[in-house]
Amino acid sequence: MMDLLNILLSESFWAASLRIATPLIFGVLGALICERAGVLNLGIEGIFVVGAMCGWMAVWLGAGLWGGVIVAALAGAFFGLLHAILTVPLGLSQHVSGLGITLFATSVSYFTYRTALPNVSSPPRIEPFQALDIPVLSDLPFLGPVLFQQTALTWLALLMVALVWYVMNRSALGVALKAVGDNPDSVDAQGLSVYALRIWAIVAGSALMALGGAFLTMSAFDAFFFGMVNGRGWVCIALVIFASWRPGKALLGALLFGAFDALQVRLQTEMGALVPGQVFLMAPYILSIIALVIAARSADYPRALLTPWFKGQR
Amino acid sequence: MTDQTVLKLNGLSKRFGPVVANDDVSLTLGRGEVLALLGENGAGKTTLMNMLFGHYLPDAGTVEVADPGGTLHPLPLGHPQAALAAGVGMVHQHFALAENINALDNITLGSEPLLSLRRDRRAAERKIKDIMARSGLTAPQDVPVGRLSVGERQRVEILKALYRDARILVLDEPTAVLTPQEADTLFANIKTMTAEGLSVIFISHKLREVLAFSDRIAVLRHGRKVGEMATSEADEGTIARLMVGADTPKVAREAATPGAPVLTLQNVSVAGRSKRDTLQGVTLTVHAHEILGIAGISGNGQSGLANLISGLAVPTAGMIRVDETEIARPSAATMVAAGIGRIPEDRHHEGIVGAMSVAENMVIERLGDPDIQSRGLLRRDAIQANAEGLAQAYDVRGPGVGAAARLLSGGNIQKLILARVFERAPRLILANQPTRGLDMGAAAEVGRRLLEARGRGAGVVLISEDLDEILGLADRIMVIRDGALVEAGTMDRAKIGLMMAGEPA
Repeated sequence: MMDLLNILLSESFWAASLRIATPLIFGVLGALICERAGVLNLGIEGIFVVGAMCGWMAVWLGAGLWGGVIVAALAGAFFGLLHAILTVPLGLSQHVSGLGITLFATSVSYFTYRTALPNVSSPPRIEPFQALDIPVLSDLPFLGPVLFQQTALTWLALLMVALVWYVMNRSALGVALKAVGDNPDSVDAQGLSVYALRIWAIVAGSALMALGGAFLTMSAFDAFFFGMVNGRGWVCIALVIFASWRPGKALLGALLFGAFDALQVRLQTEMGALVPGQVFLMAPYILSIIALVIAARSADYPRALLTPWFKGQR
Repeated sequence: MTDQTVLKLNGLSKRFGPVVANDDVSLTLGRGEVLALLGENGAGKTTLMNMLFGHYLPDAGTVEVADPGGTLHPLPLGHPQAALAAGVGMVHQHFALAENINALDNITLGSEPLLSLRRDRRAAERKIKDIMARSGLTAPQDVPVGRLSVGERQRVEILKALYRDARILVLDEPTAVLTPQEADTLFANIKTMTAEGLSVIFISHKLREVLAFSDRIAVLRHGRKVGEMATSEADEGTIARLMVGADTPKVAREAATPGAPVLTLQNVSVAGRSKRDTLQGVTLTVHAHEILGIAGISGNGQSGLANLISGLAVPTAGMIRVDETEIARPSAATMVAAGIGRIPEDRHHEGIVGAMSVAENMVIERLGDPDIQSRGLLRRDAIQANAEGLAQAYDVRGPGVGAAARLLSGGNIQKLILARVFERAPRLILANQPTRGLDMGAAAEVGRRLLEARGRGAGVVLISEDLDEILGLADRIMVIRDGALVEAGTMDRAKIGLMMAGEPA
């Protein structure tokens, strides 16, 4: 018990939670935007891989770190556009298209990586984002290390939460996005384009997802490896439901998952002798499922989610 | 009201395939005038308004709309945007509202630039308040529309049009979803708005409200304008006759003597989710050798009656008897077993399984029969032979009995259903809108088969919104209204029309 309390009170635990949560924040926000507009984007897992690979490769090829971030976002936007064309004007199954995008994007990423680097034993490293050290603030007790020793990408993620919240709740664009995911006819009847709104939402959401991947290779680690995304995209799909499609709760959900994950690593070292390590590895997912079961019972799905809309068919 | 014309429809025509929805319809609307567009279901009222609003492109004809100064300009057809910009607002029967955002957001949606990060909510609030004060239409602005009542949602829809500065408002059956009190309020609001110069077209088939609240009446039947008059000069009898038509030839048929009762309902009530599937203490008897026609305006409990007879709805009170046997626990299976054959209203979704073959659909109600299956395995040869025989007998045309049933045309799907129903020689046939959407040949075939079944000794319940069809086929007519059935006691078209509209005959 003492051990658990020690962990929960340690600065490193909270710093790790926020760090682990960062890619999830990007991913949940991206999925949230797509689903608010009425389209499920199961391409998220593959878009994470694309973002991770492209961001890293751009930097490795000589672009700056922020250049890498932009390349990752553009790559994500490209695969988002593909998903958008298949599911919005063509109205294909969002599940099938999304899973297809995940398989395609993952394979293309691995293929590109292997083609560029046919014979390397250890993945080449880049110089990743460093912690933003802000004088005075970084020296604050507890808060300093937790908040002010994160990299710029974590700050970008938090900024995105605020931005998405603002757009969703305070702007005309947010109103239109929510409306198109609830009843596309309402948008069409007022002279807005259902197609344009949905396509742009998917493109923007996918770019955000790719930033989640880019964080992995450019901030959490300094290289690209196979399997490094490891289901984070799928976690985001679950977290969106937990978050009831709200940016604030999306941040909370990502942090919660991050905390579970940070906790299990520490418990493994503390109690690894008593309980098999795999149990701890499972813990964040099991706890996520439990949290989801509780949250999803009252989940208020966007009414038009998964339903294609065609102009002229009322 | 002034003499200034704000809208002219000139010779609008529209065909959907072989079906003529509108044939050379011309109308004018004056400033501040309330024009009622009357007609039975399928008379072409909604199609006409959809052409005005740009949802459909007419095959012929033009539309002219006056600008605020009163000069008429031709309206580009087929563009809802153009209609909106010209000041034409339309409120559909099915509201186009997003339920997860509030009324203000629904109203202003599309009139603000999307990419600006700031919204002038206060200006929008002010404008809406002003419109609400002038029109008397009020609706809560700051809760999600999903939590508003149907009447409030309708007011939001009208506010949407007024916010876009509509000068001509089209209301498609506005009172169909309202309580009588809400309807009265709505018409009072319309009077207020027309006094301000708004012109209104409302589509309806309720004589009472049309006579009470309109200035002028235009009647459509079978896509054609068959009458137009000032409301002050109109009377119910004339309008009812115009709506239902007076001179449609009857199908030649022999008289029959009703036999023993095959279906008896005694004070049966069904608690439905809406008015259309609710029944209140219905009593009826159908005899062998008899076709009982159920006339009524759409949504007055026809679905409830059909669901009850097919065993899909469980009665909350009352007694059902088929032949002499009381059905204690009605279900689809017990009703089929009791000898009820069902021709459902929505033949594509409730009549067939579209992905299954024609042959499979033909035996789908008797998969347990020993000639269809043995020990749980289907006998494909028998099913195939059965289907080929039936397809020939009932003239089901299409890509063959092995093809998916959804590939058949509507008329052939109906023949498939007729084949399935009639081959089991049912005691009672429930035919719900059996000819809706069929061309005349297929419709005549359905009528012939129903008469044939009657000749064989079956009882038939024919539910139809087409009064001509009922008058041509039924031996006896009952009228359904607000979930209650009354004996018409007459074959007089105008009298039945009045009963359908809820007037004492």
